[in-house]
Amino acid sequence: MATATLPARDAKLYKPEVPPDWCPGCGDYGVLTVLQRACGELGIPNERLMVISGIGCSSNLPGFFRSYGMHSLHGRSLPVATGAKMANHEMTVIACGGDGDGYGIGQGHFIHAMRRNVNLTYIVMDNEIYGLTTGQTSPTSESGMKTKSTPFGNPEGQLNPIALALAAGCGFVGRGFSGDINHLKSLYTQAIQYPGFALIDVFSPCVTFNKQNTFGWFKERVYKLEDKGHDATNWNAAMDRSKEWGAQIPIGLFYKNPNPKPSIDAADPALQGEGLAKAKKLGLTVEQRKKLIQEYV
Amino acid sequence: MENEMIVGIGGAAGDGGASTGDNLAQTCSRLGLHVYVYTSYQSLIRGGHSWIRLRISPQKKHNVGDQVGAMIALNQDAMDRHLQELTHGGICVYNGDKVKPGKAPEGAQLCPLPVFELAGKDALPIMQNTVALGALTQLLGLEFSALSSVFEHTFAKKPQVVKLNVDAAKAGYDFAAKTYKQIPHPLRKTDAQLAMVHGNNVLAMGAANAGCKVYCAYPMSPASGILHWMGAHGPSLGICVRQVEDEIGVANMTIGAGQMGVRAMCATSGGGFALMTEAIGMAGIMETPVVMINVMRGGPSTGLPTKHEQGDLNQAIGASQGDFPRIIMAPISVADCYDTMEEAFNLAEKYQCPVIVLSDLLMSEGRFSIETSHLDREFKIDRGEMIFEDDGKPKSYYRYKDTPDGISPRAIPGVPNHLYVSATDEHDEDGVLISDVFTDPVIRKKMVDKRARKMQGVVADYAKKLKLEGPENADVTLVTYGSTWGVATEAVERLNKEGVKANALSFKYLLPFQEKEAQAILGKAKKIVVVELNKSGQFARHLRAEAGITAHAHIRKYDGEPMEPKHVVAGVKEVLKGKEVVEVQSLEPGWRTPHPPGPGVLSTTSTH
Repeated sequence: MATATLPARDAKLYKPEVPPDWCPGCGDYGVLTVLQRACGELGIPNERLMVISGIGCSSNLPGFFRSYGMHSLHGRSLPVATGAKMANHEMTVIACGGDGDGYGIGQGHFIHAMRRNVNLTYIVMDNEIYGLTTGQTSPTSESGMKTKSTPFGNPEGQLNPIALALAAGCGFVGRGFSGDINHLKSLYTQAIQYPGFALIDVFSPCVTFNKQNTFGWFKERVYKLEDKGHDATNWNAAMDRSKEWGAQIPIGLFYKNPNPKPSIDAADPALQGEGLAKAKKLGLTVEQRKKLIQEYV
Repeated sequence: MENEMIVGIGGAAGDGGASTGDNLAQTCSRLGLHVYVYTSYQSLIRGGHSWIRLRISPQKKHNVGDQVGAMIALNQDAMDRHLQELTHGGICVYNGDKVKPGKAPEGAQLCPLPVFELAGKDALPIMQNTVALGALTQLLGLEFSALSSVFEHTFAKKPQVVKLNVDAAKAGYDFAAKTYKQIPHPLRKTDAQLAMVHGNNVLAMGAANAGCKVYCAYPMSPASGILHWMGAHGPSLGICVRQVEDEIGVANMTIGAGQMGVRAMCATSGGGFALMTEAIGMAGIMETPVVMINVMRGGPSTGLPTKHEQGDLNQAIGASQGDFPRIIMAPISVADCYDTMEEAFNLAEKYQCPVIVLSDLLMSEGRFSIETSHLDREFKIDRGEMIFEDDGKPKSYYRYKDTPDGISPRAIPGVPNHLYVSATDEHDEDGVLISDVFTDPVIRKKMVDKRARKMQGVVADYAKKLKLEGPENADVTLVTYGSTWGVATEAVERLNKEGVKANALSFKYLLPFQEKEAQAILGKAKKIVVVELNKSGQFARHLRAEAGITAHAHIRKYDGEPMEPKHVVAGVKEVLKGKEVVEVQSLEPGWRTPHPPGPGVLSTTSTH
């Protein structure tokens, strides 16, 4: 993708007339602002961007971002985004949503989209809670956490999306914090430029329903992998870092495959020319029909 | 039966019965003889029992027929199960070295073949099929050169294999010529130029001819043939083919592609279709063109994975929550499967909605001869109102603009100055959500009305108008939907020959329904008999709901096997005696049930 060579644009160009209606102080504001700045920095024209979400508070993001977009079904942003990328691989496709959307109901698609290695960026606004349904446990809620659905404490284990992504073959695995905007922006620009599936899990605190994993809670715990000399080309090192949770929680680039295989769209024989959606003449040619009929006579 | 022959080939899965049937079908098709093939098989990879029936005729036939005139028994089981189904004068060909003959019905000819002698002691066991096929070719009066040309075509890269097969077949052919009696009315070639296809081949090739660019699927019988065709041909035809992790992903991926501006399709069977239903509603509210095929099989749940039924009409009508327009059509024949793809994509894009195509196991997995000219046709492509380029004029583009016909011009993503977000939440004309506002009954009603209004033009656009087949002013009018047309139309011919004045009306378009046309035609019918393959009468209910027409009687079948003309003929006779619901059943012996006794066709006849 030639986006890196485009002249930078003003981040305001990605702000639509409709302002976000998230709760004041929500972590998702940071995620949105950074995405607008990152796209500006990369100079991607608005009409070349397709932003696709699922359902949940964070999945409202495409409505607050000036580009083409789809606000799809709960948990289905990745298959929808994959289809969109196949239909026009010349577009920059960004999928987004929350932890319930991507790691709960959409978990199956999450694993397979990484295995499939579609060239798109997936931003998960991870707040460890179901917000839009007013505060139930999510797959990333900590064990023991009290929520409306687990008033006596979450009896289940906590999902580790970073380890899962690494195991599923994701070639670009990063984690950010919406309380550290400049750090997050760098992850975005790298992810969008990465020629394959790129995951960015973002700690994006829910100020209304998650009283446990707050901005302050994260601020006390997060540290940057790059400050600790982590080698992001080392898969085993990334796997080791992914297990850290508690007093010290790493953010930054866990893993970037130094020798990525071509993404599924880049390798697909049908996608070697311009985007399929641009085809003007549809249907089989006379020669193609004759050849196909010959198989049956 | 002078002009036709129904051949049964029985054996275990892995015995090579399928390729024997394929070779016979291809031989006949090369001779310009029409073939209609249906296979009853078990959901097993090896073993079990499969029974392939080929109806061969110089005239085109639209169902599998109901009398077996010749059979090849590839094993003892096939001999034991099917010999008694032979008609008077029928022939049974088998390996006399391995299979013991049963008691042949009166007038039937047993034709054992000394396979060891004919094929040689070292021949592979599979060569018994080739010897039998050679013998059958002779006994049916088919030209040997057509059979040998099929071997040459099939094994084009292996000349030794061609020679082995041709020699074995010739040995069988010559042995039969000097030992057994040919059928009284041998099959004679015609000038028809035919291709042998599965319905699934035709659906897939039709989609390609209609400009499908993205195809997604999860393997599921009996729809997998479409995926196999796409997998084999997609790369060279410029079609992106994805096998997805589940049907939820399939439907969503297809819709993502359709939204981006390509013609996109997916196919499955009822169980997979159930997983797709939430996404169908997404296509409804986002107004995304998409074609979804449900190849119906016996349900519910896993049901009968390899058996035929028309039980998913209710599912298609009710797929997804909420109230939104969709188009549903059920092709009536394998030729119509091809034409349906042209129409499905055009209607999907013109009306920007999901189009559901109901095929079934009979059509999709059956094999049929089809005129090559039918396939060799350029489709008309009508993409409706689309915007591919920015004209440079300043504008405020509303993706969901409220227009008189409800259709809003669709800019494909990538075009400058037409940005929009499509949402599964209710939204205004510009795409902005109204789901999070306090309330907005005005916009909500406006947008629901706009989407519903799109359907007003659909019925007028349908390529085929409703038309009665058979004499007017009949005493009985048979009403069907989908592939059951093929059996009803032949039943009408037979009934009229027997002095029962009957005609038939078949429905392809299920939603929006041809209400006015149906009322005009059926309003004059003396006795409406709905013929369908399910227990509860789903189409009869649909006819009542959509057109206010209550059928006088019903002929229903739901035993897993396709309907045969004799079932309908006998059913009509019961109806004329005053029965309202006639349930019919096939006579094949089952796994745990013996051959149903007696000549009767009806297993149950109930009056409601």
